[in-house]
Amino acid sequence: MIIDALTGVLLIPALAACLLATLPGYRLTSRLNVLATFLTFATAVSLFVVEPRSGPYLLVDDLNKVFIVLTTFVSFTTSVFSASYIGHEIEIGRLKPTYVRFYHAMYQVLMFGMNLALVANNIGLMWVAIELATLTTVLMVGIYRTHEALEAAWKYFILGSVGIALALFGTILIYMAARPVIGEGLEAMVWTVLVTHAAKFDPALLNVAFVFLLLGYGTKVGLAPLHAWLPDAHAEGPTPISAVLSGLLLNVALYALLRFKMLLALNPAAIAPGPLMVTMGLISCVFAAFMLYRRRDIKRMFAYSSIEHMGIIVFAFGMGGPLANFAGLLHMTMHSLTKSAIFFAVGHIAQVKGTQKIADMGGLTVTNPVLGWGLVLGVVAIAGLPPLGIFMSEFLVVSSTFARQPVLVIILVFGILVALGGLFLRLNSIVFGEPRGPTAPAKASYVPMFAHLAIVFMAGIYMPPALVTGFQNVARLLG
Amino acid sequence: MRGISFDVAHMLAGSLVLVSFMQLYQDRLYALLNLFALHALVLATSVAWQAFIQDAPHLYLTAMIALVFKAIVIPVALHRIIVRLGIHREIETVVGVGPAMLLGMGLVALSMVVMLRVTADADPLAREDLAFALSVVLLGLLMMVTRRNAVSQVIGFMSLENGLVLAATGAKGMPLVVEISVAFSVLIAFIVIGIFLFRIRERFDTVDVGALDRFRGERR
Repeated sequence: MIIDALTGVLLIPALAACLLATLPGYRLTSRLNVLATFLTFATAVSLFVVEPRSGPYLLVDDLNKVFIVLTTFVSFTTSVFSASYIGHEIEIGRLKPTYVRFYHAMYQVLMFGMNLALVANNIGLMWVAIELATLTTVLMVGIYRTHEALEAAWKYFILGSVGIALALFGTILIYMAARPVIGEGLEAMVWTVLVTHAAKFDPALLNVAFVFLLLGYGTKVGLAPLHAWLPDAHAEGPTPISAVLSGLLLNVALYALLRFKMLLALNPAAIAPGPLMVTMGLISCVFAAFMLYRRRDIKRMFAYSSIEHMGIIVFAFGMGGPLANFAGLLHMTMHSLTKSAIFFAVGHIAQVKGTQKIADMGGLTVTNPVLGWGLVLGVVAIAGLPPLGIFMSEFLVVSSTFARQPVLVIILVFGILVALGGLFLRLNSIVFGEPRGPTAPAKASYVPMFAHLAIVFMAGIYMPPALVTGFQNVARLLG
Repeated sequence: MRGISFDVAHMLAGSLVLVSFMQLYQDRLYALLNLFALHALVLATSVAWQAFIQDAPHLYLTAMIALVFKAIVIPVALHRIIVRLGIHREIETVVGVGPAMLLGMGLVALSMVVMLRVTADADPLAREDLAFALSVVLLGLLMMVTRRNAVSQVIGFMSLENGLVLAATGAKGMPLVVEISVAFSVLIAFIVIGIFLFRIRERFDTVDVGALDRFRGERR
C-alpha cells in the first residue's frame, strides 16, 4: 500500500497508540501525545494541497476534508490542554499514574476511530469505526472509577450500543436495497458506487433504512429524546474527553447521518429525510434550552448546551439547500471550536475550585481573572451574541430558512433565546459577585482556549474568501 | 430453491424468535443464561444453514464464532460471574410476565408488518429472515428495558446482536467485513461489560442497576 496523506491520518494515531501504550512516565507521554496529534493535523492539512486518490476502502472529497481538518485541529489543541489538565489530576491523586498510560493510548485510538469513520468509503467500515470510537470513549468516561463515573459509563455504554446496533440494522438494509441493482459483494457497500446508483434503489427499503440510521446515529449525535447518555458522559469523564466528545464525536456521527441523507436525496421516490431531521433538531434545541435552567453541575450544563447546538445544526441540514447547508456547516465548525474552548476553561476552573458544583463557585473574575474572563468570552460566544462566529452562523441559519418555514424558525429562535437566558443566569453566579468556595492559583495552559476563541472572533468579523468558497462547494455537494 | 432449504431456514429463524420470547419471561438468572446459550446455538445452526444453501463458505466462520463465543465462552463466563457475585437466586422483572409477553407479540407483529411490506420485491428467504431478525432485535430491546439487573441487560443486548447477525447473513453476499466486526464487537462488549460488572459489584455491593440511580451527578 502506498503511504499518502489519507493513510497518514490513520497510521499516525495507530502507531502512536501502540507507542504510548508501552511508554511509562507522564511527562514524556503527554508530549508525545501532543506531537502525534500535531503530525496528524499537519497531514490532514496537506490533503488540501495534494488530494490522494480514493480507493474502494478510503475516500476523500470536499465534504470529509472539512471534517478531517476540524477533527484533527481540535484534537491537537485538546491534547495541549490535556497535558496540563492530566498533570494536575496526577498531582492531586485523582488519577493513578498507571491509568495515564492507558489514557494516552486510548486518546490516540479514539483519534484513529474518528479519522477512520471520516475517510471510510464503505458503509460497513464506517460503522465499525464509529463503534470503535464509542467503545474507547466509554472506557475513558469511566476512568475515574467513582460511583458517578461508572454510572455514566454504564449508561453511555448501554444506550450507545443500542444506538449503534440500530445503525447496523439500517446499514444492512441499505445493502439489501443496493444488492439487486449493483450486485452482490463489496461493491454494494461502497459510497462512491452507491451514490451513482441510488436513483434505482427500492425506495421503501431506503425509507426504513433511514429511520433506523436516524435513530441509531441520532443517538450518537445526542438528539432528544435519545440524548440521555450525553450529560452524564460529559460530566463524569475527564474534561479533555468532554471537549472531544462535544467538539468532535458528535460531529462524526452527524457526518455519517449526512452521508446517508445525501444517498436518500438522490432517490426521488424515497421520503425526503429533511422533515424528520428538522423535527428532531427542533425538539432537541427547545428541550435542551429549558434544561439549562435547572443545572447544578457546570459540565452538565454545557453538555445540555451541546445538545441544543446539535439541534440547531441538524435543523439547518434538515432544511437543506445551499444556503442552509452552508450555515449548518459554519455553525458546526464554530460550535466545535467554542465548546471545546469552554471545556478547556471549565476543566481548569473545576480544578481550581476542587468541585464542579455551580453553587460552590463565585467571583471567578476576581480570584482567577484570566480563567473567569475566558469563560465569559466563551459563553458570550456560545450564546450567539454578536460579533462572534456563532452569531454569524445562527443568523445565517435563521435568515436562510425564514422565507421557507417562518413558523419553524420562530420555534428555533425561541429555543435560542431561552438558552441564552439560561446560560447567562448561571454564568452570572459563576464568574461575578462575591468569591465563594475554596480557590487555588491556576496552573493552566491558556493558549488552546484563547486560540479557539480568537478564531471564533475572527470568523465573526471576517471570513477568508478561500474558506467561503470551500464551504460553498461542500454545501452544494450536500444538496 | 424453494423446497426444503427454504423451510429449514424459515424454521431456524422462527425458532430464534421463539427462544427470544422464552427469555422474556425467565425470572431466574441461570435459566436465562441457559436460554441465551440455546439462542446462540440456534443462531449458529441458522448461519451454518445459510452458508450451505448460499454456497458461501465464509459464513461457516461466522457460525463458528457464534457457536464458540456466544454459545460456550460467554455463557460459561457469565455463569461464573453470577456465582461469584452470589446473585443466582435473584429474581427481577420490572414489568409482569403477561404485559411483557403482550408487548413482545405487538413488537413481532409490528416488525412483520413493516418488513414484509417494504421488501415485497426481494427474494422470499431474505424477506422472512429480515422480518424475523427485526423481531429478535426488538425483543432484545424489550428485554433490556424490562430488566433491572446488569447481567440480564447484558444478555438482552447480546440477543439483540444475534438478531443483527441473522439479518447480516440473510442479506445474500454481504461482505465478510461486517460479520467479523459484529463478532468482534460482541467480544469487546463482553470484555467491557465484564470489567464493569466487577466494578459495579466492588462499588455498590449489588448488580442491581437501580442502585446506580441513587448516585446522580446532580445531588447538591
